[in-house]
Amino acid sequence: MIRNVLESISGIEIYPIISLLIFISFFIFIITWVVKLDKKTVSKLENMPLDDDDQSQISGRK
Amino acid sequence: MAVETFYYDNKIVRNFGFATIAWGIVGMLVGVIIAIQLYVPWLSFNLPWTTFGRLRPLHTNAVVFAFAGNAIFTGAYYSLMRLTKARMFSDTLSKIHFWGWQLIIVLAALSFVFGITTSKEYAELEWPIDILITIIWVVFAINMFGTIAKRRERHLYVAIWFYISTVITVAVLHIVNSMELPVHLLKSYSVYAGVQDALTQWWYGHNAVAFFLTTPFLGLMYYFLPKAANRPVFSYKLSIVHFWSLIFIYIWAGPHHLIYTALPDWAQTLGTVFSIALIAPSWGGMLNGLLTLRGAWDRVREDPILKFMVVGVTAYGMSTFEGPMLSIKSINAITHYTDWTIAHVHVGALGWNGFITFGMLYWLWPRIFQTKLHSVKQANLHFWIGTLGIIFYALPMYWAGLTQSLMWKEFTADGFLQYPNFLETVQQIVPMYIVRSIGGTMFLAGTCIGAWNMFKTAAAGTLLANEKAEAPALEKDFKEPQGAHWHQWLEGKAVHFTVWATVAILIGGAVEMIPMYTVKSNVPTIASVKPYTPLELEGRDIYIREGCNNCHSQMIRPFRSETERYGEYSKAGEFVYDHPFLWGSKRTGPDLHRIGGKYPDAWHYNHMDDPRLMSPGSLMPRYSWLLEDDLDTQYTATKIEVMQTLGVPYAEGYAGQALNDLKTQAEQIAANLRTQGVANADASKEIIALIAYLQRLGTDIKGNAVSQAVHK
Repeated sequence: MIRNVLESISGIEIYPIISLLIFISFFIFIITWVVKLDKKTVSKLENMPLDDDDQSQISGRK
Repeated sequence: MAVETFYYDNKIVRNFGFATIAWGIVGMLVGVIIAIQLYVPWLSFNLPWTTFGRLRPLHTNAVVFAFAGNAIFTGAYYSLMRLTKARMFSDTLSKIHFWGWQLIIVLAALSFVFGITTSKEYAELEWPIDILITIIWVVFAINMFGTIAKRRERHLYVAIWFYISTVITVAVLHIVNSMELPVHLLKSYSVYAGVQDALTQWWYGHNAVAFFLTTPFLGLMYYFLPKAANRPVFSYKLSIVHFWSLIFIYIWAGPHHLIYTALPDWAQTLGTVFSIALIAPSWGGMLNGLLTLRGAWDRVREDPILKFMVVGVTAYGMSTFEGPMLSIKSINAITHYTDWTIAHVHVGALGWNGFITFGMLYWLWPRIFQTKLHSVKQANLHFWIGTLGIIFYALPMYWAGLTQSLMWKEFTADGFLQYPNFLETVQQIVPMYIVRSIGGTMFLAGTCIGAWNMFKTAAAGTLLANEKAEAPALEKDFKEPQGAHWHQWLEGKAVHFTVWATVAILIGGAVEMIPMYTVKSNVPTIASVKPYTPLELEGRDIYIREGCNNCHSQMIRPFRSETERYGEYSKAGEFVYDHPFLWGSKRTGPDLHRIGGKYPDAWHYNHMDDPRLMSPGSLMPRYSWLLEDDLDTQYTATKIEVMQTLGVPYAEGYAGQALNDLKTQAEQIAANLRTQGVANADASKEIIALIAYLQRLGTDIKGNAVSQAVHK
C-alpha cells in the first residue's frame, strides 16, 4: 500500500534529495562562517553575560 | 558617547519566577495523582472531572506551558535586559504578558476538567483560548523585539538567538496546528483529517518539545551557566554551529512520532534520518555546557546551583541521545505505545527543564532580593531528593515499557499469542507504576522544599524592583569597520537574523508538509469507507471529551503480533473523515481501531458503568455518568454542516435529516441492549452514542477486499 502511495505522487523521489542538498549546503555555510570568525569578536561575544557582574558580593560568592 | 542611566525591571522577573514555582507544584501534583490513579482506579471517585483522560492533559499542559513556560519568561526577561543593556520595551506589555499567560493557564485547567478539548496532544485547548494564546504571544514578541530594537549593545549574544527562534517558531507551530473550524464557542474540528492531521500534529508536538522545551532552555543555559560558573561558555564558535544546525534539523524530525503508522514511508524515513542527525547539534550543546565548567568542577561539589545545572545538562544529553535511538524503526517497534516513552520524556522534563529552572531560580532569587539564599542546605536537599526522584521515576518506567512490549510480542511455540489478554500485560507492570509514583512524589517534595526556600529568601530580603545600570547609547549611524566579516551583518542585526532563522525553520516544515497536503487526492481512497452517522459522530465527540485517546491508540501497526491481537493493520484511507485524527500515542489500554463488532453492545454498556465488571483487574476509571446523562443533540446538525465544509461528503441538506437518523439508530442500539439483558436501556443517553461509535470503529473495511486503491 505504502509503495502505491509513493508511486502515485509524481516526482516524490525529489523531496529527500532536495532536503539533503539544502541541509548539506546550509551546514557548509555555517561551518565556513564559524571558521572565519576572528578571535577578538569571539572573545567579546562570549564575555557578554559576564560584563555586568557587579553583584557577586550580594550572594557572597566570588 | 554619553553614558545613559537606566533601570532593569526585576519585578516582572520575580512575578514570573513565583508563577513558575506555584504552577510547578500544581502540575506535578496532578502528575502524582494520575500516576496513583493508574493502580488505584477508584481515585477518580466515579466523577467525570477527575478521570485520567481529563487530568492527563491538565498535567502535561501545566508542566509544559505553566511551569516551563513561566520559567522561560523568568529567565528570558532577566537575561534579555542585561544582554541588550536596556529595560524591557514596555512595562505595560510585560504586565499584559504576565497576567495574560496566567489567565490562559487558569482557563486551560478549567477547560480540561470540564472535558473541553481538541484531543491533539499539547494543543488540546479549544479555539477561543488558542486565539488568546496567539494574542499574548504577539505581545511577548513585540516586547522582546522592541527591547532588542532599543538595545545599547550592538551584538546579540547567542542566548538571544535562541529566544528569537523560540518566539518565531512557536508562533508558526501554534497557528498551523490549531487550524480548526468552530461548531460553537467550546467545540471545533481540526481542518485536517487523518494522516494529514497526524503529520501536522506531530510536526507540532515534536517541535513544541524543540522550541518550547529545548531552544529557550538552551538560551537560559548559555546565559545562566556562565553566570553561575563565573566564566565564559566553553566555545562560542560551537554555540553558533549548535544553534543553526539545531533549529534547522529539529524541524524535520516530527514524523518519528509516527513510525510504522499509516503515514507514508518516505515521511517516516525523513523523520528517522533527521532524528539521527540531531544527535550532533544536541551533543554539541551539551558538551559546550559541561565543558564550560572545566577548571571549576571543585565548585560543583559545593554549589547547589551548579549541581542542578550539571545534572540538567547531563539529562539533556541523555534524552537527546535516546530520542534519536527511539526513532530507529526496529527500536521504535518495541518502545512505541509503551511506558518507555513516558520515561524518556520525564528524563527530559524533570532533569533538563526542571533542574535548569531550579538552578536558575536559586541563582536569581538572592540577586533580585539583595540577600543570601535562605538555606544552602535545603537547596542541596532539594537537589538530592529531586535527583533520586528522577531515578525512581525513570527506571521503573523503562522496565515497565520493555516488559509490556515483550509480552505483547511473545508467541507460543504453536504460533499463538502467549498473552492474548491485554490485561495480563498491564497487571505485570503495576508494581512499576507504584514505584514510579513514589519517584514522582519525591520530585514534587523537592519542588516544595525549593518553593519554601525561595519564599524565605524573598521574605528575608527586599526586592530590588528597579536595578540601576549604565551604558552608552548605540551610535545611530554606525558603519561596519573596514574588513568586518559578513557574519556580523547577520549576527549584529536582529531583523536579518530573524528572517534567516524563520527561513531555516520554514524550509523543514514545508518540505515535510507540502507533499502531505498535496497527496490528499492520492491517499488510497477505500470505497467502503463512509462518513460517520450523526450518532457515531456524537459518540466520537464523547470519546474526545473523555480523553479516551490518552490511553487507547487507534493505529494498528503492521506487525504479526498486532494483527493477531487486534486485527487487520490500519490503512491511511480509513481515516479520511477523521477530524481530528485519534491515533493516540500510548497504550495504557489496548488499541481500539478494530473494536467495532468485537463485543456485543451490552458488553460496552456494562464496561463503561464499571470496567471491572467485564474485565477484572482493569485499571480503567468508571464512566457511569454516560449511562445517566442525556445526549446533547442541539449541535448535531451544525456538526454535520461543519464536517461538510471540511469536505466530508454528506449528501446535500443532510444536516436537516441528521437528528432523525440519530434517533433511529439510537433506538436500534437501545433495542439491542434490551434483548442483551440491559432492561433499562434508554436511547437518549450518552452511552448509546459512544457504543455506536465504538461499534463502528474499523469496521468499514471488514468483509471487503482491502485497499481498493483508487489512484487518480
